[in-house]
Amino acid sequence: MPKRTDIETILLIGSGPIVIGQACEFDYSGSQAARALMDEGYRVVLVNSNPATIMTDPLMADKVYLRELTPSSIAQIARKEQPDAVLPTMGGQTGLNVAQDLKESGFWAEEGIEVIGVDIDTVQITEDRQQFRDLMDEIGLDQSRSRTAKSLLEAKEITQELGGLPVVIRPSYTLGGAGGGIVWEADTFESMVTRGLELSPAHQVLIDECLFGWKEYELELLRDPNDNVIIIASIENVTPMGVHTGDSVTVAPQQTLTDKQFQKMRDAAIKAMNSIGTFAGGCNIQFAYEPGTDRMIVIEINPRVSRSSALASKATGYPIAKVASKLAIGYTLDELPNEITGDTSACFEPSLDYVVTKIPRFNFSKFEGVDEELTTQMKAVGEVMAIGRTFNESLQKAWQSLEIGYAGLGADRPDADRSVVRERLKKPYWDNLLHVRHAFRYGASVEEVHDVTQIDPWFLHQIQALVEQENKIRETPLREMEDRFLWEAKRAGFSDEQIAYLVPEDVSDRAVRAHRTERDVTPTYQVVDTCAGEFPAETPYYYSSYETVNESAVTGREKVLILGSGPNRIGQGIEFDYSCVHGVKAAQEMGYEALMLNCNPETVSTDFDVADKLYFEPVFWERVQDVIDLEQPEGVILQLGGQTAIKLGERFEEDGVHIFGTSYSKMDLVEDRGKFTDILKRLEIPSPPYGVAHSVEEAVATSDELGYPTLIRPSYVLGGEGMRIAINRDEVAEYVDNILSIYPDNEILLDRFLEDAIEIDVDAVCDGEEVWITGIMQHIEPAGVHSGDSTAVLPPFSLSEDIQETIRQYTRDLAFELGVLGLLNVQMIVKDGTVYVIEANPRASRTVPFVAKASGIPIPAIATKVMLGETLATFRERGDLESSLTGYAIKEPVFSWDKFPEVPKELGPEMKSTGESIAFVDSLSVEEFEQPYEMKDLYLSR
Amino acid sequence: MSSPTAASDAAPATLALSDGTVVTGTAIGHRGLTGGELCFNTSMTGYQEIMTDPSYYGQLMMMTQPHIGNYGATDEDMEADAPMVAGFIVRDFTRRPSNPQADETLDTFMKRHELVGIAGVDTRALVRHIRSEGVMNAVISSAEQDPSPLVQKARDWPSMAGRELASKVWPEAPYTYCKGDGPRIAVYDFGVKQNILRSFCARGCTVRVVPGHTPLDDVLDWDPDGLFFSNGPGDPRAMPDAIARVGRALKTGRPAFGICLGHQLMSLAQGFDVYKMFVGHRGANHPVKNLDTGRVEVTTQNHGFAVDAESIAPDAARVTHVNLNDDTIEGLEFKRVPGMSLQYHPEASPGPHDSHYHFDRFLEMVAEERGLSLPEAAAEPLTVTA
Repeated sequence: MPKRTDIETILLIGSGPIVIGQACEFDYSGSQAARALMDEGYRVVLVNSNPATIMTDPLMADKVYLRELTPSSIAQIARKEQPDAVLPTMGGQTGLNVAQDLKESGFWAEEGIEVIGVDIDTVQITEDRQQFRDLMDEIGLDQSRSRTAKSLLEAKEITQELGGLPVVIRPSYTLGGAGGGIVWEADTFESMVTRGLELSPAHQVLIDECLFGWKEYELELLRDPNDNVIIIASIENVTPMGVHTGDSVTVAPQQTLTDKQFQKMRDAAIKAMNSIGTFAGGCNIQFAYEPGTDRMIVIEINPRVSRSSALASKATGYPIAKVASKLAIGYTLDELPNEITGDTSACFEPSLDYVVTKIPRFNFSKFEGVDEELTTQMKAVGEVMAIGRTFNESLQKAWQSLEIGYAGLGADRPDADRSVVRERLKKPYWDNLLHVRHAFRYGASVEEVHDVTQIDPWFLHQIQALVEQENKIRETPLREMEDRFLWEAKRAGFSDEQIAYLVPEDVSDRAVRAHRTERDVTPTYQVVDTCAGEFPAETPYYYSSYETVNESAVTGREKVLILGSGPNRIGQGIEFDYSCVHGVKAAQEMGYEALMLNCNPETVSTDFDVADKLYFEPVFWERVQDVIDLEQPEGVILQLGGQTAIKLGERFEEDGVHIFGTSYSKMDLVEDRGKFTDILKRLEIPSPPYGVAHSVEEAVATSDELGYPTLIRPSYVLGGEGMRIAINRDEVAEYVDNILSIYPDNEILLDRFLEDAIEIDVDAVCDGEEVWITGIMQHIEPAGVHSGDSTAVLPPFSLSEDIQETIRQYTRDLAFELGVLGLLNVQMIVKDGTVYVIEANPRASRTVPFVAKASGIPIPAIATKVMLGETLATFRERGDLESSLTGYAIKEPVFSWDKFPEVPKELGPEMKSTGESIAFVDSLSVEEFEQPYEMKDLYLSR
Repeated sequence: MSSPTAASDAAPATLALSDGTVVTGTAIGHRGLTGGELCFNTSMTGYQEIMTDPSYYGQLMMMTQPHIGNYGATDEDMEADAPMVAGFIVRDFTRRPSNPQADETLDTFMKRHELVGIAGVDTRALVRHIRSEGVMNAVISSAEQDPSPLVQKARDWPSMAGRELASKVWPEAPYTYCKGDGPRIAVYDFGVKQNILRSFCARGCTVRVVPGHTPLDDVLDWDPDGLFFSNGPGDPRAMPDAIARVGRALKTGRPAFGICLGHQLMSLAQGFDVYKMFVGHRGANHPVKNLDTGRVEVTTQNHGFAVDAESIAPDAARVTHVNLNDDTIEGLEFKRVPGMSLQYHPEASPGPHDSHYHFDRFLEMVAEERGLSLPEAAAEPLTVTA
């Protein structure tokens, strides 16, 4: 069937602000969908309230509405735009829920708008646990034994029927499994059930047989209007059942099922997908498998694009969201080409000749008192994906990608203590695999580790082999290492840093690198081609390994390497992906070949058709330097990738790798509090009294001198990590001790905290000749609440023109003094008519996309061109710097408190919000302003 | 299950191609020397089924999935009594599998069946090499390691083109595989996969398996309701006797069904041409479109020869299935005789089950032609092979 011609305009619903369980993977899907539908000639109207997304860029759709995702706002837009169809499957559960609300109210039918991409009549079946169970029964698929409870009493009875604890509690209709979990002990049973009943909009919970020790799998499917179903990817959770798949370490393709077992699962998946109504699009199905018995049960179906489909897309190269969109408008799979090979059909199942490992990234340190045990409720804030030819290689690359200071799966520092290892393996924790490695170092057997962790022995054997290899490296001096031995070590993913740590000599990672490059032990790059090499591929999507043939042909063009920001975390997320995508496009417009390097599967910048070449690699010095050695780019852009990329600048500068834009030494300068204050003094810019300390005693003495309250923070951190306001000596001692236990050599910065002050965020771009202030944002909450957690208003709502001019002047002075070439963000506070500068960041900030959306100016694109040599005057002459904002734009932070019920809601200098939304208002007498204004002082605690 | 240590098994092995390419790795399975046509399979599961598929007789099989051996070996996954490939090439060999139902490790299995293999080689580079240079012969040696004599051996190895190999793998004598209430199916065995027999058996047929050279009259004496021509190894063009016998069989008017080699033999018998492909199809993800329904099946494929579309006389057959990747012929329905044939493997094993319906299609044809009704119950297996 060719595409439908009875549809002209399609309404696309986004997923709104980022929360745990629903993150920027939906920017990836929404962007792909919008692009695919526009390419097919449809008029696309897009709604999303999240300003940090690529999908809400003006070019992504014919009409973009930055509006809240409520039934009334969607209805209003739909009445105005008169779409013929609505595609709600690209916006996560939020998009689906709002579409379903409007279906139930009869809106779509009334307006004659067709819901495409999902059978809206049957969505409810997948969400209502009991209906879902009935349907699976009907089609003959096995399930866990389970029943729905509407009261605590009923829950108790059901648990007794199931044979007692442990059981799993799953509230119905909640996002990311909120409120669910395994109950092991009687004393937590009642509170868990009660909370689940409260959290569920339908006030019901499912009591499930506990599948502890079962293996967990996910299949990603596509179905076309002709009922052809294909499986794009199989994903195996290394973390056994009981942990939310978003919090699990997963690999693709599945590794431990026989063909007969896997085909049984494939058959069941197709049957299940075909049972949930008539629709064309994507779908995700989760299964549990009991080792040894062949018992397999269906856990869940998501009839939409999901986090796992983003992962599956990046893992296989198959553009799931794009193809799902085309199926929704009538195409059948056999009519679409496989864009990776260009020559074969899209109607096939990708074959992988590599292994992909995904590891979630957590931010527990942000939430005091949080329970770190992993459960059925998702807690991760981001994830990394790594590709290697073997599991071990991809596992080590994934650990290098996490950016938590590891150079691989351990083997880069002394092993953890035996007792710690034993303790950490008892329950599912984020770092289980690291402790599995430690356990093997201590001589544990695979059987012992399996017995405790329930991790499939295949993975354990692999890690054990890694430890065996590690032990051999420990015994082999680098200078005596045979080339083949070294090559095999690199093939297993060992970084130069790990090897340097392991070999008996005292050598640096640079020495290992020099040693191996001399012997031609260098990486090769392989294409992610969907077909295991069977057909030639056209797509420039690469990963490194140590093989024999390099497939990445270097062109003679001038190149720019753009570094991404690695895994999402609080304080560094989708905003940087937004800047990277614009950076890539801008570099291309300036005539460069744009090379993108990143390891975050939830991004648009890692779509294979964004950059000229995509290197899916850890943002880890060795891996980046390997790409630089191969490609020899004219320079590297660091400013767009947040703190992650900038950290690598020091080595680039030492090695003479050109950095486009502000030099590394200047970017680093602002982190040195002493030097930065000297600059402020020279420029006669006021700043709060400050001091530095390297020990608890020193910190207390300095605080006494500065006066209380004191603002305490470690240097070189992001999102205000570890930042606290202390009101007395005891608190100073406690907080500083805490920081030093995590970062032993850190220089602690202490500021006198100015109470009841107004906080200001300024974004600017400087080309060396002039400074363009892109936006001044005034926070509604008082200074002391992290800027990421504050409600920011653009332009300022209560600052005099004099004060604003002072702000501008300080920004200009700082930009020139710091030699900024590109982006600059300055944080200031205003108290009693005086403007103080508290921080400057010469790089892309979290507010860049917000200001860009509010003003209608592609700020990161202009900034990138400035870094590459364009002047602001050129843009000014063309009128490109004119803001289209009338009234005010308000940036509202969004939190994920419901995922951490044990953590008290409080705000302070450490950022805790996970996302944001934007609202445009004409005056300040509206709810968007008044509500946060009234509550502005409520949560400031420390 | 034994867990051999890496150290004792780290014996070297060499893979030498006839074009002079030589790669080194680690010996797996039996120690010795073996040779054959180097081919690759992109299926991510089912290494044991692939290893024991008689169609692969005489070939060196290279798996593109990097980790092989993960779930060990079991009797259940046998497609023949023993491995049929001549040698086995993998990127990373799992010596310590994980599968409570496994009978042994893949290494033990290979040793028991004296199958020579090599691990640790860059399989992707070799796949791309074959893709651009075409299939070629090679040898694997875990004995002699000197490259030049090995390359010479690869060059001297007999070419697959023009070779009849089916007689090496068909059974010595006819036997009845299972007995049921359904149609009587005579299977001409040129190297039949067990799952084809199981598929007929599951549908209640009585299945009689005869070696590929069995005279037609002997088969007709058994009075079969349907004739089946199996898959198998080698060049179908080098099997004039078989082609003639298939031709005569088709003329009897008994419904006939051919898979893979059987499909090619039926085509040759009807006067169509068969050619050797530059690179064959071997994997479990090939899209095949059913031209009658418009539906697409994800299929298991294993063939190095194909029927030339141009050579099909319009009054002799019509194309029912095509490959969406390269438009090659995947299915035919014959017009002058009651018969159907498929280039791919509806029995899967390994691979997706999308095409199982062809067995029903054939049996419906048989039922109609012979005026039978099809049974509900599965047949009872008489010989447990494998």
